[in-house]
Amino acid sequence: MKKRALFMLAILVVAGTFWGALDRIHPFGDPVRAPMDDYYLDNAQQERSVNNVVTAIVFDYRGFDTLGEAAVLFTAVCSVLALFRKGREGR
Amino acid sequence: MTGNAPFLVVGIIFFLGLYAILFERNLIKIAIGISLLEASANLLLIVLGYRTGGSIPVFTLAGEVKTMVLPTPQALTLTAIVIGLATSALLLSLIMLLYRHYGTLDVREIRRLRG
Amino acid sequence: MNPLSIVVRTICDVFAWFMGIFGVYVIIHGHLTPGGGFQGGAIVATMIAFLLVSHGGKKLLAFARPGFYSTIETTGLLLFICAGFFGITTTFFYNFLAGQGGLFGSVVPSGPNSGVINSAGTISLMNMAVGLEVIGGLSLIILYMFKGIRLFEDAEGSGETGHDR
Repeated sequence: MKKRALFMLAILVVAGTFWGALDRIHPFGDPVRAPMDDYYLDNAQQERSVNNVVTAIVFDYRGFDTLGEAAVLFTAVCSVLALFRKGREGR
Repeated sequence: MTGNAPFLVVGIIFFLGLYAILFERNLIKIAIGISLLEASANLLLIVLGYRTGGSIPVFTLAGEVKTMVLPTPQALTLTAIVIGLATSALLLSLIMLLYRHYGTLDVREIRRLRG
Repeated sequence: MNPLSIVVRTICDVFAWFMGIFGVYVIIHGHLTPGGGFQGGAIVATMIAFLLVSHGGKKLLAFARPGFYSTIETTGLLLFICAGFFGITTTFFYNFLAGQGGLFGSVVPSGPNSGVINSAGTISLMNMAVGLEVIGGLSLIILYMFKGIRLFEDAEGSGETGHDR
């Protein structure tokens, strides 16, 4: 019981510090200047002829990350298949 | 202060996930805690990119559009969600194999047996 | 595994095929509405879960063979990599079909409009390729995790009773 009370006290101190710090540097609804996102929002529809800017970023401007993500999904499926193979009986 | 409520929600979900990982005995509940932790990180990424009064960054049937929210954190969150899915699938498969080998799902029992 | 009640089994039997059509709609319209390859593929993979709840394991493993989904998954990943190599004369993932007319290349008017379906070049191809890969991958995970349960109770041999009511 003492461990849980100590844990909750530590969490309250850490969370209070983080929240007080975050309030001053990044208020909600007012991000810092982002020139890259302004370029994406202004020019993605004309250059790539697509209506959905998020899909254009995922598949065209940053398509290399999506290639890595497809490889991670393939590796996870191969690992699950390898775990459930019928081995020899009696080991 | 009430304008910063989404950051508070992120902190609460993170704290609940951490509590479930540290203080629970059943292995399935620890897996649920890991999933909560990943959900809070994804929520933080999306909340960071909000502009007050903005609409979604899609031009189809948009009507009158003045400002749009930032689209880059949403693209990064898609990748993070898929990686969380791969982690959960492998975690649950390993839990199934552990149950077949030891016969119990209690973490403190598995630590003591030398199978 | 005991089957669920008759109401749940009937509804899952009806809605499995609806999930297939809805998932394919979300994949194909990925460049117009929110969605795309990953989200639509996850929706189609829940079709296998619905069929598993409503018909039982023995009938499902006779209906959906794992070799078929393995072929779909590898086809999707190879198509995604090849779509990157087509525009290799400029860069690796160059969008060489956008705005040229022809297969995927209509021109989109600027500002809010109501969506042209023939429009975004290699983005549409990549959506379909990633959709195929996620369909095959998640269905394989569900099928093999269910087969893994069978390894536990191979001594009883009773299996599941009551699914054919």
